[in-house]
Amino acid sequence: MEALIAIVIAVMSSCGIYLMLRGRTFPVIVGLTLFSYAVNVFIFVMGRLHTDAPAVIAEGASYADPLPQALVLTAIVISFAMTAFLLVLALRARAELGNDHVDGHDAEDVKSP
Amino acid sequence: MSHLIILPVLLPLLTGVLLLLLPRKRRLLIHTVSLASAALLMVFTVQLLLRANGIGYEVYALGNWAPPFGIVLVLDKLSALMLALTSTLAFFSLLYTAAETGQRSGQTLHALSHFLLLGVNGAFLTGDIFNLFVFFEILLLSSYSLLLQGGGPARAKAGLHYVVLNLAGSGMFLIAVAILYGLTGTLNLADMAQRVTQVSAADAPLVAAAAVLLLLVFGLKGAVMPLYFWLPRAYASATAPVAALFAIMTKVGVYAIIRVYSLVFGDEAGELAGVALPWLWPLALLTIVFSVIGVLAARELRIQIAYLVIVSVGTLLAGVALNSEAALSATLYYLLHSTWICAALFLLADQIVRQRGSSEDRIASGPALRQGILLGSLFLVAAVSIVGLPPLSGFIGKILLLQAATGTQAVWLWSIILVASLAVLTALSRSGSTIFWRTTSETLDNAPAAGRFCLTAIFGLLALGVALVIFGDTVLEYTGALAQQIMQPQGYIDAVLGHTVKELPHE
Repeated sequence: MEALIAIVIAVMSSCGIYLMLRGRTFPVIVGLTLFSYAVNVFIFVMGRLHTDAPAVIAEGASYADPLPQALVLTAIVISFAMTAFLLVLALRARAELGNDHVDGHDAEDVKSP
Repeated sequence: MSHLIILPVLLPLLTGVLLLLLPRKRRLLIHTVSLASAALLMVFTVQLLLRANGIGYEVYALGNWAPPFGIVLVLDKLSALMLALTSTLAFFSLLYTAAETGQRSGQTLHALSHFLLLGVNGAFLTGDIFNLFVFFEILLLSSYSLLLQGGGPARAKAGLHYVVLNLAGSGMFLIAVAILYGLTGTLNLADMAQRVTQVSAADAPLVAAAAVLLLLVFGLKGAVMPLYFWLPRAYASATAPVAALFAIMTKVGVYAIIRVYSLVFGDEAGELAGVALPWLWPLALLTIVFSVIGVLAARELRIQIAYLVIVSVGTLLAGVALNSEAALSATLYYLLHSTWICAALFLLADQIVRQRGSSEDRIASGPALRQGILLGSLFLVAAVSIVGLPPLSGFIGKILLLQAATGTQAVWLWSIILVASLAVLTALSRSGSTIFWRTTSETLDNAPAAGRFCLTAIFGLLALGVALVIFGDTVLEYTGALAQQIMQPQGYIDAVLGHTVKELPHE
C-alpha cells in the first residue's frame, strides 16, 4: 500500500507542478489545487498507514496517529480559502489586464495552449 | 502565569474584527480605534521587551495543555525585540494610513493591517512549527489583500505573482513540516530540537532535506537570491503605508531562519548541526550582489527602495550565516535599523510622487517639488542612514557586522559589503540629485503639501533610527544578551519542556 500511495502522491504533485508552470492563470490554479491535494495526502501518510488500528492509544497495540488528521484538516481549510481567493484574484486580473496570461501579456504574444 | 504574552495576538484580532463592524461613515472613529489599538500594542510590546530583558524565557501554554502536547507561546529576547519592532512600525504606518486616506474611510486598510499584525506577532511568539505555518498563512492572506488595495493593472499583476508563489511556498512548508513530524513525532520546536539529535542515521538525510526545504520556504518569504524576483514589483506597486508595513514581512522570514536553524538545527543537533549554513552564506552574498545591481539599474524610486529592502535582507542573512554571537548581535541591530529606515523611505517616496504629478517616481528630471527642501532633507537623512555612512545607525550596524567576520569569510564580507555600500551611495545620490535638483523651475500648481500627520509618521520612523545611535549602547547590550541566549538553545528547550501547567481546581 505504501508504494501505491507514494506513486499517487508523486503523480499528483508532478502534474500539479507541471500545470503551475503554465502560462495561463486557470491551469496554474488547477495545478496549485492538485499540488495541495498531494501535500494533504503526504501529511496524512506521515502518521503511517494502518488498518484496523484504534484511533488513539490502546494498551500495547499499534494505533493510528490522530494528529496528522488534525493537521490535514487545517491544511485543507487553509488551501481551500487560498484557492478561492486566488480564483477571485485571477478573475480580477483578467478584467484589469484584458487577458488571462500570468504576466499580463497581450493575447498575440501567447501561443494558445 | 501572566496573560500578557497572548495580548499581542489577541489585540489585533479583536481590533480588526471591531473595525470591520464599525459603520463606514464614521471615519474619525475608525482612525481613532485603529491608532489607539496600535498605541496600546506598542505599550504591551514594550512591557514584554522590558520583561524579556529581565528574565530568560516565559512560556505560555495555550488552553493549559502542557508542552510538548499543546501549543505554546514562548517569549524570549528575540521574540520580544521583534514584537516591539513590529508594533512601532505598525503605529507609524497606520498613522500615515489615517492621515493619507483623507476622504475615504480606509476601513478595510486599517482592519487588514491589524490582521497582518495578528499573523506577524503570532509568528514571532509561537513555539510550535505547525502553528508557525498557520500564522504565516494569516499574515499572507492579509498581505495579499493589502497588496491589492487601490486596484489597477500593476497591482493585479504583481499580486497574482505574489499569491501564486506564496501558495506554492505554503505547500513546500507543509511537506517539510510533515517530514519533520513523521520522523521526530513532534511539532513543538523545543521538543523537536531534542529529537533531531536522536534520529537514526538512515533518517538523518530525510530530516536534512526537510531542513533545507524549510530554508527554501523562509527564503521565499525573506526574498533571498533566487527567490526575490516577486518583491520589487509587489512592493513598488503597493500603496505607501502598506509597503512600509511590508518592511517587516521579509524580516519574518529572517526571524524564522534564525529561530529554526539556531534552535532545532543549532550547534547541538549532532549530525544535523548547521545543516543550512553552507547554503545560507553564498546565497546571502549573492543576494547582496544581485540586489545592488537592481538598485543601480532601477529607473523608479520605489523600485529602488524595494531593492534596498533586498540588500538589507542579504546583509542580515550574511550576519546570520556567520553564526557567532557578535555577528548575531550586529545583525539584530541592523535589522531594527533597516526595517525602520526602509519603511520611512517608502512613505517619503509616496510624498515625492504626490508632488511630482505625472513624473511620479521616475528617476528623471521633473517639476520642482513644492516642499523640496523639507522632503530633500528627510531623503538625505534616510539615504545616509541606509547607505551606512557615519554618524547614523546604518554605519554602526555595518561596522559591527564587518568586525564580527573572521578569516576568509571576512575577506568576502568586507569586499562585498563595502563595494555594495559604495554602489548604493552612488545610486541614491543620483536619484536624490535628479529628483530634487534637476528640476524645471516651476512647481505644479495642484501639488498637495505633505500633511502634518504624514510628516509625523516619516519623522517618527527616522527618529527611531536616530535613537538607535543615541541609545546605541543600551540597544547593543540587549542584542548582545539576545545573541547569547540564541546561541545557547538548551535554555529555550529546558524552559519549554520544563514548563508545568497549573492544575485547574476540580469541581
